[in-house]
Amino acid sequence: MADQARFSEQALQYADPLYAAALRMTRNPADAEDLLQETYLKAYRAFGSFSEGTNLKAWLYRILTNTYINIYRAKKRRPEESDIEDVEDLYMYHRLSGLEAATAGRSAEEEVLDQFSDHEVKAAIEELPEQFRLAVLLSDVEGFSYKEIADILEIPLGTVMSRLHRGRKALQKSLVELGMRKALVWDQG
Amino acid sequence: MAMGKIKDCSEVVSKLYEFLDGELTEERKLVIREHLDECSPCLEAFEFETELRAMVSSKSREICPEHLKNKIADLINVNERNPQSSSE
Repeated sequence: MADQARFSEQALQYADPLYAAALRMTRNPADAEDLLQETYLKAYRAFGSFSEGTNLKAWLYRILTNTYINIYRAKKRRPEESDIEDVEDLYMYHRLSGLEAATAGRSAEEEVLDQFSDHEVKAAIEELPEQFRLAVLLSDVEGFSYKEIADILEIPLGTVMSRLHRGRKALQKSLVELGMRKALVWDQG
Repeated sequence: MAMGKIKDCSEVVSKLYEFLDGELTEERKLVIREHLDECSPCLEAFEFETELRAMVSSKSREICPEHLKNKIADLINVNERNPQSSSE
């Protein structure tokens, strides 16, 4: 049993990463604010049932995810079941290899990665269909383990792995396309 | 010894994400590391994936706005003082 009076000191420290996740999920600041408030209120009310000593951050993400799915799936009536085109392993790396570095001592690939802005990276994540976006977010941005992601999203471990695998490749594809539009790099050959 | 050496790069690449995610057993990890020590194309690809992930993670951070933090703190305070009114 967790003491509700201690909720604030323990839970508010995760406001920044939870807000980032809320923003990537809803894709707009006004909805992200509503989602985060709703999440904290639900978490506060349910805090009595949280077993102290277990993973508070994962517990908060689970509430965030459930709240998001309930509110936004309800709005849309059914889940986004989009599929994504599969691309080869190491897609981005293969598109970049063969580039010459402009600066000695740095790899050409590193130089390309540096040229994406925060805004572009966030937009590329937000372009991913929902089920892939959530998995990639929880793993690559938040660093949760497969097991934690399976618990947060309430899906089997194998599904976590396949969504991550495909979601990451789709993210690479969209970064490569962005890079080509920016004419940063590379000829498709 | 159980796993033996991996000769096939595509087998190593297929384990790339699990390796980077820290989801392989120590024994499996060691087999991958041994391959990477001897195979510079695979090593470069793994390093690129590591950098890409670091880039995505560092460029997608957000700071929760102060006014939102205050709103949340207020919401919790009101509920603390007035737990009855919070039930729906």
